[in-house]
Amino acid sequence: MTEIDWSKPRLLARGIRKSFDDRVILDSVDLEVYPGQIVALIGSSGSGKSTLLRCLNLIEEINDGQIWLEGEDISAPGVDQDRIRQEVGLVFQSYNLFAHLSILDNITLALRHVQGKSKAEAEEIALQWLGRIGLADKAQSFPDKLSGGQQQRTAIVRAVALNPKLLLLDEVTSALDPELVGEVLDLIKDLKQSGTTIVMATHELSFARDVADWVIFLDKGLIAEEGEAAEFFRNPKQPRTKEFLARLTAR
Amino acid sequence: MTSTANDYQPSEVELARRAFRLERKRKSTWIAIASTLGFAVIVGFGLVSTPGWSRVTESFFNVEIGIEAFPRIIEGLWLNIRVLFFTSISVVIVGMLFALLRTLRNPVFFPLRLFAHGYVDFFRGLPLIITLYLVGFGIPGLRLEWLGRIPVEVLGTVALTLTYSAYVSEVFRAGIESIHPSQRLAARSLGLSYGKSMRLVVLPQAIRRVAPPLMNDFVALQKDVGLISVLGAIDAVRGAQIEVAKYANFTPYILSGILFVLLAIPTVRFTDRISRKLAQREQTGSAL
Repeated sequence: MTEIDWSKPRLLARGIRKSFDDRVILDSVDLEVYPGQIVALIGSSGSGKSTLLRCLNLIEEINDGQIWLEGEDISAPGVDQDRIRQEVGLVFQSYNLFAHLSILDNITLALRHVQGKSKAEAEEIALQWLGRIGLADKAQSFPDKLSGGQQQRTAIVRAVALNPKLLLLDEVTSALDPELVGEVLDLIKDLKQSGTTIVMATHELSFARDVADWVIFLDKGLIAEEGEAAEFFRNPKQPRTKEFLARLTAR
Repeated sequence: MTSTANDYQPSEVELARRAFRLERKRKSTWIAIASTLGFAVIVGFGLVSTPGWSRVTESFFNVEIGIEAFPRIIEGLWLNIRVLFFTSISVVIVGMLFALLRTLRNPVFFPLRLFAHGYVDFFRGLPLIITLYLVGFGIPGLRLEWLGRIPVEVLGTVALTLTYSAYVSEVFRAGIESIHPSQRLAARSLGLSYGKSMRLVVLPQAIRRVAPPLMNDFVALQKDVGLISVLGAIDAVRGAQIEVAKYANFTPYILSGILFVLLAIPTVRFTDRISRKLAQREQTGSAL
């Protein structure tokens, strides 16, 4: 396993605020993610997990605060957002694969048209990834011919094939049948082994405990509690956290 | 929530960001204004400096003749609007009828489906002007005594309905077929009949979805009502033609053209608004 590099954060966020009209979704959120680290965001729906991820990808414009990626202020208004989004991959709950493209073309699209790689080069990278997740024989299939787990793994590979500095996973297993969750979680474990830096919103508490290094509990747009994963689950301090964990583990 | 929107104070970083965005917006507004003005000046100057400009203004944009011709043209336009009103209603009814016929699945309805298919193919292919001649001169030519003498505007309405209902039925059909089968499945699983699931579940979604192309056809119909003039109806176009012959000046045509455009503008704006509303409804998250 690759070691976490604590010398300087890959991503640093300070005082992130996001509101829609009068509804405050994120109040003042601070976040630090170090290279090779996996940070799990937990919290009930509506707590702001997805919104936070979307803000980090600059898909949502923040209303206050600052975000730095490797020391560069990516929340500065003059910054080239498309360039930053190349560096920060985002995978959605509902896969969002392009329905008109084959699995292979889904992965090569951004490699070719964003990173400017040749067709052959892009396909080599894509096939390598597809081989790694055991879907090489599905390269020419279209997304609707694949199972949910296969589609979601393709979506994750589509993002990591660009070699982003940070990978954001937004409840990537929530839309899957229980027996398909495992294969997606295995891929995430595999990515952790190879040193990918990940921030993931998740409902899979046991997975968060096993794989994440750091856990953040969001409640009503604020970080209610955070800590090193094992300690966080063994010994939650806030009453809200205890209540939340009890409710989810009781199921 | 610990803090509300009220007691929140934006930080200096945020204020600087807002100032930067405002400045950028202001800059692009100025660029837009400058380039628009520049373009207008170039086009305007280019037109005025052409050798025939004064003669063209005299024969196409003569204000006195325009004022003289105005009453007859506006009277004709009123006929166009009435024809438009009745045609739109009958187009929607007939178009919907044929769309529904074409979506029937039961083999029993094969002849009806075939008829609908043939109707749509025929009237979409046949040039409108030929349809107008066929109906406008063909039906009176049958000399049906019991029908009496049919006014030309009624014949025009019939011809326009034949052509436009063929188009509109295809728009409706596309809308019906674009609704995912799961919607119909869910409706049928609740015990709704075919007709009821169509009326209560499929059609409301389908019509909403095809509203923009439907309005587009309506705009096209708005000017095509001017074609009833070929049957001899004194509408805005025919009225203008009479005035053109009287003064040997083209201004009445321009005038009736402008009136048709003015008639279309509210519809076009309305269509834009519907499209925008639909886009907002179906789009979650921010627009990139």
